Amino acid sequence: MLLIPCPFCGPRAEIEFRCGGEAHIVRPADPATLDDAQWADHLYFRRNPKGVHHERWWHVHGCRRWFHLTRDTVSDRILAVYPVGSRSPLASREDER
Amino acid sequence: MSPARRLPQGGRIDRRRRLRFTFDGRSFEGHPGDTLASALLANDVLLVARSFKYHRPRGIFSAGQEEPSALVQLERPGGRRDPNLRATRQELFDGLIAYSQNRWPTLRVDVAALNDRLAPLFPAGFYYKTFMWPRWAWKALYEPSIRRMAGLGQAPTEPDPDRYEHRFAHCDLLVAGAGAAGLVAALVAVRAGLRVIVAEDDVAIGGWLLGEGSARVRLDGERPDLWLAQVRAELEAAPKCRLLCRTTVFGCYDHNFVALLERVADHLPEPPAGLPRQRLWKVRARQVLLATGTLERPIAFPGNDRPGVMLAGAAATYLHRFAVLAGQEVVLFGNHDGIYAIARDLRWAGARVTLVDSRQRPAPRLVDELRDLGCEVRTASVVVGTGGRLRLQQVHLTTRARAQETTGLPEVIPADLLLVSGGHNPDLALFAQARGRLVWEEARGIFLPGEAPWPVRVAGGANGCPTVAAAFADALRVAREIVIDLGRTPPSVPLPLVEEPGAAAIEPLWRVPMPKPRQRAKAFVDLQDDVTVKDLELAIREGYGAIEHLKRYTTTGMGTDQGKTGNVVALGLAAETQGTSVPELGYTTFRQPYLPVPFGAVVGPHRGRLFDPVRLPPSHAWAERQGAVFEPVGQWRRARYFPRTGETMEQAIAREARTVRQACGLMDASTLGKIDVRGPDAAEFLNRLYTNDWKRLAIGRCRYGLLLRDDGMVLDDGVGARLGDHHFHLTTTTGGAARVLAWFEEWLQTEWPHLRVYLTSVTEQWAAFALSGPQAREVLRPLVEGVDLSPQAFPHMSVREGRVAGVPARLFRISFTGELGFEINVPAGYGAYVWERLVEAGEPHGLVVYGTETMHLLRAEKGYIVIGQETDGTVSPIDLGMEWLIARGKGDFLGSRSLARPEMRRPDRKQLVGLLPRDPAMVLDEGAQIVEDPTASPPAPTLGHVTSSYASPNLGRTFALALVAGGRSRIGQQLYVTRLEGPPVAVEVTAPVFWDPEGKRLHA
Ligand SMILES: [Zn+2]
Repeated sequence: MLLIPCPFCGPRAEIEFRCGGEAHIVRPADPATLDDAQWADHLYFRRNPKGVHHERWWHVHGCRRWFHLTRDTVSDRILAVYPVGSRSPLASREDER
Repeated sequence: MSPARRLPQGGRIDRRRRLRFTFDGRSFEGHPGDTLASALLANDVLLVARSFKYHRPRGIFSAGQEEPSALVQLERPGGRRDPNLRATRQELFDGLIAYSQNRWPTLRVDVAALNDRLAPLFPAGFYYKTFMWPRWAWKALYEPSIRRMAGLGQAPTEPDPDRYEHRFAHCDLLVAGAGAAGLVAALVAVRAGLRVIVAEDDVAIGGWLLGEGSARVRLDGERPDLWLAQVRAELEAAPKCRLLCRTTVFGCYDHNFVALLERVADHLPEPPAGLPRQRLWKVRARQVLLATGTLERPIAFPGNDRPGVMLAGAAATYLHRFAVLAGQEVVLFGNHDGIYAIARDLRWAGARVTLVDSRQRPAPRLVDELRDLGCEVRTASVVVGTGGRLRLQQVHLTTRARAQETTGLPEVIPADLLLVSGGHNPDLALFAQARGRLVWEEARGIFLPGEAPWPVRVAGGANGCPTVAAAFADALRVAREIVIDLGRTPPSVPLPLVEEPGAAAIEPLWRVPMPKPRQRAKAFVDLQDDVTVKDLELAIREGYGAIEHLKRYTTTGMGTDQGKTGNVVALGLAAETQGTSVPELGYTTFRQPYLPVPFGAVVGPHRGRLFDPVRLPPSHAWAERQGAVFEPVGQWRRARYFPRTGETMEQAIAREARTVRQACGLMDASTLGKIDVRGPDAAEFLNRLYTNDWKRLAIGRCRYGLLLRDDGMVLDDGVGARLGDHHFHLTTTTGGAARVLAWFEEWLQTEWPHLRVYLTSVTEQWAAFALSGPQAREVLRPLVEGVDLSPQAFPHMSVREGRVAGVPARLFRISFTGELGFEINVPAGYGAYVWERLVEAGEPHGLVVYGTETMHLLRAEKGYIVIGQETDGTVSPIDLGMEWLIARGKGDFLGSRSLARPEMRRPDRKQLVGLLPRDPAMVLDEGAQIVEDPTASPPAPTLGHVTSSYASPNLGRTFALALVAGGRSRIGQQLYVTRLEGPPVAVEVTAPVFWDPEGKRLHA
């Protein structure tokens, strides 16, 4: 069970959280202008990297705040925690698409 | 009189006290300090079990938790039954009752031992190959008989009377294992002021120093006991240290989350008052140190499973710790120097000893010393077989050079104990669980710890240290690293001077090479799962050579012992057979738990009333007094129906449903989710979430709202009311309350954080009572202050604030029955009071109180959907015929883009329709499939399924709702609905609204 450093509450056990999947997926401002393939890409397609992954987490049984963290999916080490709306300190172009 | 094999002195047993116990009904005696295994051996009981598959006689193979064979069942007072316990780890207590397992009728005469003769029929992959066809036979024949034959113990039949605790703890350092290395590390950490937990599986600290080591090692010139006592005193006195014996670290999880099982009272007949039977510790440690020592491994040779064959180190433990000489005529077979000291000890204790060393040239000093003591020593020799029926009687020897010859008979010597040692594997199961990498060392044929992803370290024997002195030094070094990592200064911890034999030289040997003619005899690699060398070879020939395949195909290492003794042997052998190396082959995953953990400990206090919280609506106590029948709805307990004396469920529901439509009814709807939405951007926020247009909703009006996921499928529904410019009250389904609030919060925080909106769950703040039926207004009128109830002043789908029965209330004019309806919301604390006033007020008008069954029936008559019943995550509002709820011209909202896909308008999508069975008394099964052709044999194409089905007293017949492919274009058609028993029945497809399609009653 991961020990997740909630930016608002400090380190807490994983059971208090819910993972919201890949971070930095912005809902298109005007979805009506997208064709079906582009919309499907937004809706369904996610990266599944072996290694560094930026993801959304929700401290549901705690402060109920969403935040982002960067995790190594192989070792499960948590490499960074940062607020919604900002870039990971470890962000590279290709892993933020 | 002392039992046959107990030595007159020595050991850590209390000879002044005698403990009586029984095994398979026979009475024996032992002493405090004994395990069940040591007491059985002292009484010369060698046969203790039958093996899993072949039912071969088995004895005691080890002296520790790695035991693969000696699994027994304990019966205690009060229906307590524990199957599959290791006799080697069960402490003896007075009155202990143990039974052998997996035999019938008795251990000595086991009918299923026939399996052994039929062994050619049980090769590797046997289960996969044999029991495939016919399909019906699996359930009827194969599974029951396999379960009977290949069993472990029996599950208890009585409820467990004991209590199991869960405890949470945090520490700077958790030390697993209190042997030489673990203790030194603990001392360093304690003196550095760290918070330390030391967990030791055994009853006392010391590890190897308690048994064999006590004879072999001197610390500062004394027996190790003295040093152990000093360490124990210091650790126990340290305020920040917790020393837990009888405690196994069974799981190392992510980020140093560590699970411990403390056997608080397993060594007693029953737990003392106030104490649990076991305690499960959930520890989060900043640092973990694994000082788990080593596990001795066997060598595979034919007949290596006979009772009387034992690990050499185990015999040394029985000798030194329990004062038990397990045999008089001993053959010791091994491949390293360590067995010489054991041979010497056994000789001194009075046994005749023949030592068989597989190596060409062991150190002459060792050989000469043993010969001087009168022992026989055979070098470059191997054991190629054993003899005896239920216990060992002979050992077959030959030279290594001749072992593979097809001719020539081996030498047969008499023996009652055959000790085997193939070396010592660092016990790295916990390290691997923590995702540490294992690195192969070819010289000793062992895995050593490599890198770990978080602060988990290994010291001592588990880190490959061959001696106590090396383990001390290693632990000191590692503990200092830990102290520095945690920002402290390493303290000085002087180590005792160690006198001990040097490191043992070893030449790895996995199995004895065997000539073809003797290959019928079984050489076991995994004693618990009955996996032989031949099984592994066959699996490799059949292409299952990859280690993960080999494990599953042969089941090697898959028993309750997880192959603690045999796995490395299997690995070495598989590499050898395939002409590859162990590192190339890799190793299988080590999984939690390290040892079997009883369900009682896992469940802990979470049983009975503490299993799950129960939520009760305000009318619950009243409903209980009325004799209501309840049903669980999520965590809620809701009244299902209110039977009168002598009424069946069907009769009660028919009465309730008829009365609501003819007079009026009252139901507690407080379980509905309620969300208070406020802020200047509340309307904009809701517009983005719902299909509806909330900006155009006037203050004081309500709207039925539909939530979609962004893929266009229905997520939830409910009613929203506008209480102010910036204030809305939204309801959700009972089951969707938490999910919908989560959905709101997620979008607000992550996608639209700039919207000024505040969300509050008010589900438990408001009691909500649904009053509906033609008389509803008359029932309510005398109780209401400050609200004009007339249809003109208070039309359908509006909200007013006032007082009901003197209590501040919100009145919603909404309905889930299709009748004139009011939903009365009052602060939950007044709920029970207002409920009773409503019931009283309704009495003169013939009011009926109804439950969830009637609610479902009435809403279905009206064609109202229930989320999760008419929807399943693949149903869109178009499918439901609810396109009228999709606001035009308000712009984008969640799901809108997806609804625009051409696919969503395909005419053959499943659409909501009604079904009327041709037989008006036939109640269709919910979930039943709908087909066009009743004669088609399965698998027949299905058009959809029944989502809701009822017998309606108001319609005077049965009806159903269903999702049917192209359903709306099939209205008027005849289709068929399958049944569990009997042929499909004919139904007519109809529109999904059966009651008051014009809605006149609703607007009354
Ligand atoms: Zn938090």
